[in-house]
Amino acid sequence: MDKTYLDLRGLSCPQPVFETKKAIEDPSFDTLKVLIDTKTALENIKRLLSNRKDIQYSVEGGGEDYKVTISKLKG
Amino acid sequence: MKFFKNHWKIISCGIFIGLVATLLQKFGNPANMGICVACFERDIAGGLGFHRAAIVQYIRPEILAFVLGSFISSLIFREFKPRGGSLPLVRFFLGFFAMFGALVFLGCPWRAMLRLAGGDWNAIIGIAGLIVGIYIGVQFIKNGYTLGRNYPAYRFSGLFMPILMFALLLLLLINPGSANVAPFFSIKGPGSQHAPIIFSFSAAFLIGIFAQRTRFCTMGAIRDIIILRDFHLASGVIGLILFAFFSNLVLGQFHPGFTGQPIAHTNHVWNFLGMALSGLAYALAGGCPGRQLFMSGEGDTDAGVFVIGMIVGAGFAHNFATAASPAGIALWSPFAVVAGLLFCIATGFFMRKIIA
Repeated sequence: MDKTYLDLRGLSCPQPVFETKKAIEDPSFDTLKVLIDTKTALENIKRLLSNRKDIQYSVEGGGEDYKVTISKLKG
Repeated sequence: MKFFKNHWKIISCGIFIGLVATLLQKFGNPANMGICVACFERDIAGGLGFHRAAIVQYIRPEILAFVLGSFISSLIFREFKPRGGSLPLVRFFLGFFAMFGALVFLGCPWRAMLRLAGGDWNAIIGIAGLIVGIYIGVQFIKNGYTLGRNYPAYRFSGLFMPILMFALLLLLLINPGSANVAPFFSIKGPGSQHAPIIFSFSAAFLIGIFAQRTRFCTMGAIRDIIILRDFHLASGVIGLILFAFFSNLVLGQFHPGFTGQPIAHTNHVWNFLGMALSGLAYALAGGCPGRQLFMSGEGDTDAGVFVIGMIVGAGFAHNFATAASPAGIALWSPFAVVAGLLFCIATGFFMRKIIA
């Protein structure tokens, strides 16, 4: 399974944010692209990521789908 | 201070619900039941003639206004997204059995918080059960439980729940019934106790807008603490409890104790297990009964199916003597709770995608 891309569209709460959390806590995590389709899921994922100082992310899209690109900050 | 700054929207939503609910009690809704999604859906089931418990029949405008408020809000903020197809039949039965549990405890999580804020300590037992039920649900989610994804659907399909609620509103306002023709309205008992329609409807409509914006969810509040260590939704629920409590103090509605509480009984075992069943069902469905109403207003047809499952469940619960009363649990309450728990555990266990 591709661990750098997750299609989490259409899943009930809390699966989108929970799957994202699992993926970024995986030891092999470096970059991750997440596809979601509700603002609720986007807000949840943003709240999850806002607590992590070692991670940067960007959001593309709007309207239908959102793509969140998450990567580890190289220090 | 930073916590408040990050969460002020959800906290104010909770505070607003707490104040409105206690005021609705002042203006006529049943005690410690300013708003109860489960009880009010049960009253609607009775009002439509789906059960024959004459004291709990009314078309509660709060339920209709929740869906319509969320619908209008989602239209304005471009979040109206018709969708569906994530195992609706399973969601129907999750709603069905969630209602069985709620009608043994006598309340949804909203009412559990309002009972607590009114000094009904039986609510503590119920909330403990709720937490255990949600905890079990979280374990299933951690082990790959999912009902699968939903898909975007025809715009028209997303209008079904708002139209249904609008039709119920017309039934309430026009009241074409008679002694043997629905809708039926209780003459005595909790179903006869209600605030003026205009106040109930407009206050609940505002809650619908507020909750649609903030994603207020009582089950999610507990679930997110367990699974994410996130207190965002919980801050809203705490705002609700605190301000409902303050408001009850001011309005003279705070009466602490276990016994003699309004529309409640003191059977701790079944209060606990009833709410555990409900909590598990809400966790597996992804939202508390209030949240399911708000999502159905946003066009989530699966949430609409859950709501209808709850209304049908209420009909069964009263027709088959599984719904408790202030006198205590009913003849078949234990049977209903055990059956519901078995259903939910089987659902959680057999509906897992094993992720490699």
